[in-house]
Order: sequence, then structure tokens, then C-alpha cells
Amino acid sequence: MSQRHNGSIIQWLNKFMEKVLTKNIRQDLSYVDLNAYEQTGGYQGLRKALGMSPTEVVEEVKKSNLRGRGGAGFPTGMKWSFVPMNADAPRPKYLVANADEMEPGTFKDRLLMEGDPHQLVEGMVVAGYAIQADVAYIFIRGEYFRSEEMLRRAIAEAYEKNYLGKNILGSSYSLEMIVHMSGGRYMCGEETGLLNALEGKRANPRTKPPFPQVSGLFGKPTIVQNVETLSNVPHIVRNGAEWFKSLSYTQDAGTKIYGVSGKVKRPGLWELPMGTTIREILEVHAGGMQDGVRFRGLLPGGASTDFLVEDHLDVKMDFTEVAKVGSRMGTGTMIILDDQTCPVGMVWNLEHFFAQESCGWCTPCWSGLSWAEKALNALEEGQGQAADLEHLAFICNFCAPGNTFCALAPGAVEPLQSALKYFRDDFNRHITEKRCPWRAS
Amino acid sequence: MLSPEERREIEAEFAHYPNKQAVSIDAMRIVQKHRGWVSDECLKDIAELLEMSADELDGVATFYNLIFRRPVGRHVVMVCDSVSCWIMGYDRLRRELTSRLGIQMGETTADGRFTLLPIVCLGACDHAPTIMVDADLHHDVDPQKLDGVLEKYK
Repeated sequence: MSQRHNGSIIQWLNKFMEKVLTKNIRQDLSYVDLNAYEQTGGYQGLRKALGMSPTEVVEEVKKSNLRGRGGAGFPTGMKWSFVPMNADAPRPKYLVANADEMEPGTFKDRLLMEGDPHQLVEGMVVAGYAIQADVAYIFIRGEYFRSEEMLRRAIAEAYEKNYLGKNILGSSYSLEMIVHMSGGRYMCGEETGLLNALEGKRANPRTKPPFPQVSGLFGKPTIVQNVETLSNVPHIVRNGAEWFKSLSYTQDAGTKIYGVSGKVKRPGLWELPMGTTIREILEVHAGGMQDGVRFRGLLPGGASTDFLVEDHLDVKMDFTEVAKVGSRMGTGTMIILDDQTCPVGMVWNLEHFFAQESCGWCTPCWSGLSWAEKALNALEEGQGQAADLEHLAFICNFCAPGNTFCALAPGAVEPLQSALKYFRDDFNRHITEKRCPWRAS
Repeated sequence: MLSPEERREIEAEFAHYPNKQAVSIDAMRIVQKHRGWVSDECLKDIAELLEMSADELDGVATFYNLIFRRPVGRHVVMVCDSVSCWIMGYDRLRRELTSRLGIQMGETTADGRFTLLPIVCLGACDHAPTIMVDADLHHDVDPQKLDGVLEKYK
């Protein structure tokens, strides 16, 4: 009862909370054209940036403590500062928006691209200016046709008003922007896999170093940045780093687009202060669990994050706080496990995805993940043995960071290793009962 | 033989990249938009246009989920089998689809109307389970809604 009461107060308070990324987005997701975008201050961030030096823009973003919203949380300004800025730096330099939203359970970048495409375009021009990029690509998921349409419209309008193209708004800065539709593969979301895909190759990962900031797309300095990250940039430049930091509840600055899917009353997306607790997101915004099901656990930010359970509901959702309890905020879009859903089946579904999407480049990934999928399948079919659990634990170590070429396999085993920890009894029941207890026999 | 229109569209992409091979995925998507899939013959023509070997291009083609190297029906039904949709009823939806269409995943109906394929997370998890038919995303697809959805595609 008191929880419900608290909830309504929080909802009421949130009405007054500053919406930054979603303020222009309409309920029906109809196109927000250039005129509408400009009316709420659109392209003012770009105008201001063009009056600053590129270094000043990088410094402001650095000070703002903006961290990458694609999942890894790398400090954005720091990433930009690795790009060679001297007069004889290799050219062209590239900026790439990673719009390959393919992390299962993640649906936030679609909202930003469909709902306010000019915001991404402006963010890219400002980021492009900061690193003096010559060409910008938007690498969009092959299935996101509406995002493509909205962005193409916005780009055309931006060229017309000289927010893109030669000598932007009379400055000496020029930028071309190109939309690329993906052929479809999870690996394209991995930074270096994406670069190979943009070069028209298989999306295998590349060795680092050299890092893309120095030698990326076509061997030239390249920044790859998530859609939500870039969408924040114009606001930071326009309103300043201190303002951006003041938006959050915690050290990780800004707002965050959080999402919830699974058997909750109101699945959806909400822009909230960074550091909002899991409980508030789940119980207030998503309305709590559907009638008749109980909460058992959640993946805080997409398929490749460790499970959290009831004890963790008061954890603040940001990069730092979620890491303290052994998981990652990832993309900030949570997937809820309920008591009517088999945790072993859920992990099987996840490992099926990762095994299928593994590019086959390195052994721990292609071999480890396909064995994990097979073992989990056997457990679900009632053919699992106790040794399978040891094997699964072995695979988790086999695929750990440092053993693989890229982050796919380490991410893939995060839900597996944490499921083995939190839902051990459920795994054991599959073995002793020789069937999945959740399936009708 | 690529049509003049396909050729024109592919050549227009050349301006967007510093070399021709970078256009490979765009080129195959263009051909697929016109023909539904990329045949061996088309693959060879595209490879020639991009100055790469057909084998190399096929290596690219087969890496990507959305490049079809086998013929498909008039409409492609892609069913999200990722985690949120799985929790919200993917298994039941798949059973309904395979039984109504009389085909398994990866198959095409005898009348050439539908091809059924699994797809990874479609990024609409608050509306799970989801399916995509051609370029249209369909939200909250329960078995009751399925007939109405399929009816739109002749």
C-alpha cells in the first residue's frame, strides 16, 4: 500500500522532471520536422558549437561526464580526445552513428530515430565538428525501415538549411551524411565489426590496437557512437556540462532512456534521471508485475548482462552502481523474468541467440556458445546431467574477457553465469525431474 | 542480368564510399528489393560491377541475416524469437503460424505467398510478441490477431 502511495508521488514529481531527449517526441511518433525541431531550440547547440573551437567542444563533453549509451559506458569526451587533430592527421576522418540496435530486449534507439531524427542529426554534426570529421555514416539496423525513412527526411531538410554539406552555416566546417542500411547481424553492433560491415565485408571484429579513433573505417580516424549518446550532445553544448550533470541522481550524468519488457503491467520506455532505482522503473513506471505472476529476476540492460534478483531492486540504474552488484546497466532496457517463466529456458533462448550470432572468428565464442546452447537444450528436454552444469560453468570461464577477440562471448555468458548462481535449484530440478518443470507434460 | 534501374541504383551508391566493394551490402539489398532474393546470376553481375570475385561477394552475402540467397515467397514473415518475445508467447505464435501456413521455419507456402523465417529481436519489446511482414512491423501479435495480419498480404 505504501509502495503504491510512493509511486503516485513519484509519478507526479516526474511530470516536472526535465525531459531532454524525448521532449519533442509525439505519442503517435509522427515526424518532427525541422521547423518543429527548431522551435524547441533545435540546432542551437550546433550554432553554439561552431562558435567554439573543436577542442572546446571536446572539453565540454568531457566535463559533462557523458558515458556511451550503447552499453559499455565509455566516457564519450575521452573517446573523442584520441582522434588525431593535427593539421596533417589522416583524411577523411569519419563519424559513425551505431544505430544497429540489435541487443535483445533493447528498443530505445528506435524511439529516438523515429521520434526525433533531427536530434540525432544535430548531435552528429556537433560530434563531427569536435573531431573534424569529413564524412558521417548512420549505420541502421536492416529491419528499421521507419527509422531510415525519418532520418532520410531529416537529413534532406538539414542539407537544405545548410546544417549539413559544405561550409555549414557559413563556417569553414563541412560534413557529408550518409545512411547505410545493415545486412543484419548482431556482430554489426560491435564497433570494429561495424566498421568491417561498412566496408562491405563480413562483420568480423578487428584487433585492437590500433583503435578506430586512430585507424578505423577505411584505415582512417573514426569515432563510433551510439544513437542515444549522440542525441545528448547538442543539449550538452547548448546548456553546459554542469547542467547535464545536474540532471542525474548519481555520478553518471544526464538522463537515461530506461525500458522494461516482460510480464509487467505497462511495458515501455521512459526518460528519467540517470540513477533512478530499478524498483521505481519496474514498479512505478512499468506498473509492477501483471496479475498472477511474481517477479523473480531481471536482466538490467539487454541480453548480455548478468541477472539481478529481488535483493537488487533498490540499486540505482547507472553504470557505476549496477557494476557494484555484479552486473551492467548495459543499454538500460530491462527484461523481467517472472515465476511462470523457466529461467533455464530463458537462458537457453539467450544462448541460442548468441551462438547463432557468433561470427565464428574465435574458438571460445563459436565453440563455447554452441556447446552452451546444446547443454541448455538438453536440460530443457529432460536429458541434462549434473556434469552439464560443470560444463556450463567451464564455458563461462572459457568465454571470459581476455579469452576472446571481441565482447560478444563475454557478454553472452553473463546471463548464463548469473543464472547458474541465482537459479541453481531450477537447473537441478531439470536434472532430477528429467523434464522442464514449467512445461505441461 | 541486372536491370538498368538496379545498375543505376547501385552506381549511385558508389559516391557514398571510397571504393566499390564497400557497396556490396547496399547492392545486394537493392537487387533484393527488386527481385525478393539474390540469385547466383545476380550475384555474379553485382560482383563484376563491384570488381570483386563472386565467391568473395557470396562470403559477404551469406554472413548477413537479411540477404536471401534462396527464392522467397511474395511476402516474408519474420517472427522474432528473441528473449522478450519468447517470454511473451513466441512458442505459441510460432506453432500457430506454422500450422496455419502449413510450413516450417525456412519454408515457403506452395502458392508462393509466404516465406516464414525466424528473426532476432525486432526492437519493439514493449509490444511483444512481434512479427515483421515485408517492411511492416506488427505489435502484440496474439493468435487471435494473426488472421487479420496475414489477410493484408495477398
